Formats: sequence, structure tokens, C-alpha cells
Amino acid sequence: MLTMSVALTGNPNTGKSTIFNELTGIRQKIGNWPGVTVDKKVGYVRHKDRAISVVDLPGTYSINARSPEEQIVIDYLLSEKPDIVVNVIDASNIERNLFLTLQLLERRIPVLIDLNMMDEAAKRGIKISPNRLSKLIGMPVVETVGRDKKSIRSLLDVFTSTVMQNYQNTELIEDYIHSIEEIRKSGDTPDNEEKIIALRYAVIDKIIAATVDRSAAASTTTTEKIDRFLANGFLALPLLLAILYSVFQITFTWIGQPIADYLDFLINEQFSSFVSEALTALGVAPWLHSLIVDGVIAGVGSVLTFVPLIFTLFFCLSFLDGTGYMARVAFVMDPIMRRAGLTGKGIMPLIMGFGCGVPAIMGARALDSEKDRMISILVTPFLTCGAKLPVMALFAAVFFPNQASNVVFAMYIVGIIMAILMAKVLNVTTFKDKQSTFLLELPPYRFPDMKTVLLETWDKGKGYLVKAGTIIFAMSVLIWVLSNYSLYGPVDEMSKSLLAQLGSAVSFLFTWQGFAHWQAGSAIIAGIVAKETVISTMGILYGVANVSADEGTVEAARQMLSTLGSSFTALSAIAFMVFTQLYSPCVTALGTIKKETGRWKWVAFAFLYTTAVAWVVSLLVYQIGSLLGF
Amino acid sequence: MTLDEIKPGQKVKVVGIDNFPLKERLMSMGLVPGTAIDVLRSAPLGDPMAVRVRSYNLAMRLKDAARITVVLN
Repeated sequence: MLTMSVALTGNPNTGKSTIFNELTGIRQKIGNWPGVTVDKKVGYVRHKDRAISVVDLPGTYSINARSPEEQIVIDYLLSEKPDIVVNVIDASNIERNLFLTLQLLERRIPVLIDLNMMDEAAKRGIKISPNRLSKLIGMPVVETVGRDKKSIRSLLDVFTSTVMQNYQNTELIEDYIHSIEEIRKSGDTPDNEEKIIALRYAVIDKIIAATVDRSAAASTTTTEKIDRFLANGFLALPLLLAILYSVFQITFTWIGQPIADYLDFLINEQFSSFVSEALTALGVAPWLHSLIVDGVIAGVGSVLTFVPLIFTLFFCLSFLDGTGYMARVAFVMDPIMRRAGLTGKGIMPLIMGFGCGVPAIMGARALDSEKDRMISILVTPFLTCGAKLPVMALFAAVFFPNQASNVVFAMYIVGIIMAILMAKVLNVTTFKDKQSTFLLELPPYRFPDMKTVLLETWDKGKGYLVKAGTIIFAMSVLIWVLSNYSLYGPVDEMSKSLLAQLGSAVSFLFTWQGFAHWQAGSAIIAGIVAKETVISTMGILYGVANVSADEGTVEAARQMLSTLGSSFTALSAIAFMVFTQLYSPCVTALGTIKKETGRWKWVAFAFLYTTAVAWVVSLLVYQIGSLLGF
Repeated sequence: MTLDEIKPGQKVKVVGIDNFPLKERLMSMGLVPGTAIDVLRSAPLGDPMAVRVRSYNLAMRLKDAARITVVLN
């Protein structure tokens, strides 16, 4: 027997994903719809000896083909003609949900209507008669309760027993389609489109009057009560900051980072030394030994150590999103973010940027418009991430022992100012034609479905591992080659390597910034792999034994002072810090940009424009500082 | 008067929406002439505002709300 195809459609916030996840579990494939960064989710299930494939179409309010999501929905339904189209409706919000239903019926797509969240509707005193609704529009109607897994599983029985050809539009719907066709006869003008929209709501009002009893509807809902604190008045902002701060803490202090550190220890210390000893015992050639240990294992390690951060962060974000709180974050923050050329929702990914740019860049996909997404992705790298911090801390400790924390703080400020500035510049240049709009549903607060939260977290984490991981891995191996080989073969000292040669080749670029030495140039190139390697590379090249970011900063500073002091002045050290703060995102971040934007063009742009900005700003710092006599 | 001038707690009805890029989206979201709107609140910094329309809550910027003509209900 042929596989039965089922497609889920519906508005956002209707619990559609929960239904999809409950129906298909982990037997799902997540890909992209061709040409766009919209997730395509397909799952498989067997029921009563029938193979059923379920596709979760993007949640949309309408199918006017105004957005990529809407285009996908309408294209899929018209070209693939799934056996059953399920229209998931939030029963507590049936009026607006029926708008999409009518649009589907207009296109003569028979739908199985699933009144979801019937429990919530009942709690709010809204009574809906599924039978009357079914009679009125001619399509089968079923009820589900998002929290009740059994009610969702029972959909499978409906799928296998329902034959959609048996259902037809009623006279009410046919009359309405006829009226629409009449209006369309005078052309597809915006005026006519608006007449049609008004007509749809007139039909919806008729349906509602005949099927929904609102006489017992509660005047204030729980959501209203919560919103009095979280979206209103003086408490909203401090509460928002507290919640964002806890997400940050959970990811970078309490859960994510400790696991990442442990993983780093397991791979880069334990596993690495185990393999190293084994290879020595086997008598493997030194170059192969180094390639495996310093190239491959270190490369894989750098990919893997990001994984706990990403999983933790996305767990928190998916959870918050599931509660409905993220919409409130956007609501509260919009006026502030708008001044910087961004949108309210953008605050979350940007704050993540102070921990690590990778989850921050991935977090930008929660933003509505392409413009907001791109700007957020492109300004995130200016922020002081966890890997830049040790570089800043060390330089500050070496050159400004009495002012170290102020200097580091100043670098944070430099990053924030440049992020805001560039957001504004990108807003009026590269993306000036794109609309940034703000029209946002504030969904009811709900306890998120944990299966959905976990599956979302898993999808994103896996996506990072597979796509960004391969790029990061390749680049790590490349840098290994650069630091261990010259054009004439392997070298025993890094100072003779290609990296050192590249370093001296680029060092002239920094003449006006006061740090035109090859060591600094090499450290900057190595820093593209991971910002913290700026320090270790400098340590090796300036001949300071065993300087690593992990060691006490003061100890490292003491060791470095004598060597660095002769190469840098206080002013050129500041210029170097500013450059390090702002220049190219690390390879991991670049790989993530490729994954998120889908284009190498944006990777090149992110690399070039941040580096150009860094070059100009550090030049200004050095030159103006010199003029002022520092 | 326009929607941005309405105080929280007041109930109004949509009269019409100016021709501007968001018009069709607003209408699709249920704001057609005659639709009842409850103004719920404005964000802590005064903008955007939240309204209740057709049994759901919608947030919009004041500059967009200024394009929606309403009468007190």
C-alpha cells in the first residue's frame, strides 16, 4: 500500500509542532525548503499497517504568499496534494485561526480541522460545538488537547479512517467562494484584496455565531494577570534583565560551560595524551603524530567543546519560547532596540554574544525579518565573547596593572558602541530596502511541551555539529599545517612556519597602529581560528614559556611583561586590544554564519567589514593617542 | 481618532486603516472595519502597545497604530 501523506498547517502558537512531535517522535528528518532558511520537518509513523508520512508546514496566519513561509505552504499544498491536510486551530483563538481555514477552502483544499487546546478554551469559558462547525463548513472536525498525548495519538485513527474525497464545501462556503470570484473579476487590486479580507471575516463572524458559545467567557485570563508584571510597569524591565541574566548564567557559568570545560579536559588532555602516548609507542612519524594530536584531535575538540554551550543555550531559549515569554521580551525591548536599528526580539541573541558568538548567531534565526536576522548576525562578532576576554585581561594586566578592570570594561564598551554603530550603518546602507516591521502576537502563557523543547534543542545542536563542525574542523587542520610547515617542508619551530611568514607579510598593515611586528601579525592570523589563541601564539613567538589563558593572569602577565614591554607601548597595546576586540569573527563563528545565511558571500562580508572596521578604529586610537601625547 | 491615542482599559471599534504597507497584514490579523479592540497596555517604555482583538493579544508600534482610525465603543 502507498504511503499516506499528511500535512499539518495552522497559525503560529497553535501547538502544531507539539502535535507533529507527538505523532512522529524521533522518526523525523529536518532539512531546509529549497532556497530558503525555513526548516522543513518530515516525520514517519506506522499505524494499522499503513505507512504515514507527516510534514509540518511552517506556521502562518494566512497564505497570501507574502513571506517565504506562506509561499512554502501554498506551493506544497497545491503541488504535492497531500492525502490529508490537517488544519490545526487554537480553539481559544478560533476566530483569527479560521482565516487560514477559509483561505484553504477557497483554494479547494479539503481540510481535516483539529480543534487543539480545547482544555484552554474550556477554562476560558469558550464552548465550541465541533459537530456544528463540521456541518457548517462541510469538513471533518476533531478535538485534541495538547497536553493529553492520547488525544493526539487518536489523530492517527482519524487519518487511517478518513477519506477526504467524501467531504465537500457546504453552500455557505460555495456562496462565499463565488462572491470572492466576483470581486476578483475586476482585477487583483489591493482594494479588492481588502474587500475579500473583510468578506472572510464576515463569514467567520457567521460561523462563530453559530458554533461558539462565549456567554461564560472569563473577562480576565491568567495570561492577563501574568502580563501585568512581565509586560507592564516598572517591574517588567528588571524582571526581563533578571531572566536574561539567568539564561546567560545557566549557559556560561552553571551548566553549559562546566560541561564544556570537562569535555575540553577529556578530549584535549586525557584523550589527546592517551593517543599521543599510543602513537609514540607505535613509532609513528612525528609529522603524523602532530597532525593527529594537534590538528585532528584539537580540531574535533574545538568543535565538540562548543556543543554543551549550544545545547544548554538552545534548551533555555526553546523553553522560554514555549512559555510565550519571548514575545514579551520583544514587546518590552522594542523601543530600545529600534534606536540601534534592531528589533525587540534581537536582544536575546545579542546578549548571548557576550558569552559566545556562535549560539548568538544561531539565535538570530528567531527574528522575524531577514533584515533583522542579517544585521544581528553581522554585528554580534563585535561583542566581547568569552574567548576575547582572556586576551583583554592579559594585555590589561601587563600594561595597565592598576587600571586592568577599567581597561577591560572599556573594551566591552568599544565592542558595544561599534555593534550599535554598525547596526545603524547596515540599516541605512546594505539593508535599506528591506522592511523591519513589528506586528507581534502575544500568545497565552503556557507550560512548554518538553518533548518539543528537547527535540528543538537536539535539531539545532545537531545542525551545528554537522554543518559548522565540518568547516571548523577543516580550518583547524589548515592552521595546523600553517604553523608546522614552511614552503620547504615541516619546521621544528613556529617562527619558521608559514604562519610566521604570513604574520610578517601582514605586519606592515599595522604600521600606523604601532604594532608592525611579525609576532603580532601571526597572533592575529591564529586568532581567526579561536580568539584565545592570540595569547598562546604570542607566548610561543615571543618566547615566553607556557603562557596559556588558563593560568593565572597575573603570573602570565609577569612573564610576558619583559618581552611584550619591549615590543608594545601602552598606546600600541591599546590599539592591539581594540583590533583584537573588533576584527574578523573566529572560524567557528564564520562557519556558523555560513550555515545560517547559506552564502559564502556573507562569510566574506563578515570577515572583511569587521576587519576593516577594526583596522580603522585601532588606527584612530593609535594616531589620536599619539597626537594627544600618550 | 486613531488607535495610538486610546488609553489602556478603553474599548474601541475599527473604522478604517490608512493605505500603508502594513494595512493588508493588519486586516488579515482580524482588524477589519467594525472589529472590537480592547486596549490592554503599552510597553514599559511607552511603545509598542498591546491590544486584544478577536480573542487574542496583538502588539504593534504606536506609529502603526496611528494609521488605524477608531471610535469609542
